[in-house]
Amino acid sequence: MTGAQIAERAARRAVIPQASGADRAFATFFRVLMYTAVGISMLALVTLLYDVARDGLPKVSWDFLTSFPSRIIPENSGIESAIWGTLWLMAVCAAIVVPLGIATAIYLEEYADRTKWWNRLVEVNIQNLAAVPSVVYGILGLAFIVRGPLDLGRVVLAGGITLALLVLPVVIIVAREAIRAVPPSIREGSLALGATQWQTIWKQVLPGSIAGIMTGIILALSRAIGETAPLIVIGAAVNPRFNPDGLGSAFTALPIQIFAWTTDKDREFVELAAAAILVMMVVLLLMNSFAIFLRNRYEQKW
Amino acid sequence: MTDQRREDEAAAAKPTAAPKPAAPTAPAPAAPRDVIFDVDDINVFYGEHRAIRNVTLDLHLNEITALIGPSGCGKSTFIRCLNRMNDLIPTARVDGKIIYHGEDLYADDIDPVQVRKRIGMVFQKPNPFPKSIYDNIAFGPRVMGMKGDMDEIVETALRRGALWDEVKDRLKTNAFGMSGGQQQRLCIARALATSPDVLLMDEPCSALDPISTGRIEDLMMELKREYSIVIVTHNMQQAARVSDMTAFFTVELHDEGRYRTGAVVEYGETDKIFTNPDDKRTEDYVTGKFG
Repeated sequence: MTGAQIAERAARRAVIPQASGADRAFATFFRVLMYTAVGISMLALVTLLYDVARDGLPKVSWDFLTSFPSRIIPENSGIESAIWGTLWLMAVCAAIVVPLGIATAIYLEEYADRTKWWNRLVEVNIQNLAAVPSVVYGILGLAFIVRGPLDLGRVVLAGGITLALLVLPVVIIVAREAIRAVPPSIREGSLALGATQWQTIWKQVLPGSIAGIMTGIILALSRAIGETAPLIVIGAAVNPRFNPDGLGSAFTALPIQIFAWTTDKDREFVELAAAAILVMMVVLLLMNSFAIFLRNRYEQKW
Repeated sequence: MTDQRREDEAAAAKPTAAPKPAAPTAPAPAAPRDVIFDVDDINVFYGEHRAIRNVTLDLHLNEITALIGPSGCGKSTFIRCLNRMNDLIPTARVDGKIIYHGEDLYADDIDPVQVRKRIGMVFQKPNPFPKSIYDNIAFGPRVMGMKGDMDEIVETALRRGALWDEVKDRLKTNAFGMSGGQQQRLCIARALATSPDVLLMDEPCSALDPISTGRIEDLMMELKREYSIVIVTHNMQQAARVSDMTAFFTVELHDEGRYRTGAVVEYGETDKIFTNPDDKRTEDYVTGKFG
């Protein structure tokens, strides 16, 4: 380095001073704080996974997936009826939540006049419902769907409707976010070409927001899949040795089976619970990965 | 007779000729010009607040009318009255009459969707749909249920928008991959695809560089043979270059500046507005003393 270069660098230093010691200490402090926070949550997750995998992994097998639960012999016990029950529940839940959630979100974002008190009431209600504990939905399901006005009994349809009610507010909120992310200029452009409001929604707004909406629906379903409390309240079957064969069939679900096994006195059944948890976590991870894939693949950069 | 005259002029005007304001109509200034919009005492309210007041002017067929004036003077509000885009604002209310082809656009039995099919609009910021170039153009014709060869409709629109040669090999690619100037010409072509007879342009060049701006101005000069054009612009040179008629809007402050109402100060031939305006406020504005 020549003398001139050194002099030049020194001159530049004078123009752009170094960060002060206090600033740097502060930055370091916060960085350490953030790493600690991340570390604690990762540690909790890894511990949990390790614990479950240690007990459960040896038990996961094809037989485990394709056998009915047994009350007596742990080795012959499996989660076939729980898997089918969960699939049925998810199908019913999705069939209700997708049209209802999207339609409500469209109404609130595109049609509702926010100066009217009833629209604001609906909005506030949905926000609050999203925060209601799931067991309350179970009580609602028991009182109005299983018994009461609908009187469906403890069947797949009743469970699916209850779970749908539970996640509907979340779906609506996420779908509204996605719809709101479509810039107003797209709506204006469409309307200015003589498109009706419905054509604008159907051909511009929905295609522009569908990735976000789908992501929200998948995340909502993956919440529904793990819900235990409402299903216990409405009376899902425990250890059934049959698969549900329709909407009017009795059912169990993975979390119910897990709950039943974890409360068993026999240590071997508790290990089966760990195995079922592993299966459920794999399903959840797959669903969430698919949601992330959808978001990245179809995310619209406006 | 007038049609014959217009065709002759159209044939005489060269597409590549440098834009000169009012050139085609200048030889016969005395001839009465056909009116496309007869705007009669238009007032627009947003809630209680009056955004523009008492706008009365005739916009001419096959001419370019420029709306100029300082920010907040209601130019955009006014141009949005012409295709009923103000209907989209829940609190907006429009009083007065706008006669278009003998019909009041604000009559009770007029469907704003039908109005917008006849009167196209281009916005300040290019707003292509997040679709292919082809689908951007085809959207309007499709929602109108236009029959015929869609490929041909798309090509014609892109040619009219002076964009065909640049994009003919990538019609299926996403419109977001185009430059800002191309996007804006796409929006113009998109508006032309439904064969409107009026084109409203709300500051179409404000987000563009000078070269893209020049292209769009050339395009406007081309288009006015077939369309009537109304343009809002903050660029005084642009108004002087392209327009035949110019309306100067200003802001009136009420309640110690809490409310602003726009109004037309002066409306006339562009040459006159820019060289010899009647009103002192117009002169101050066009010479840069104010605004």
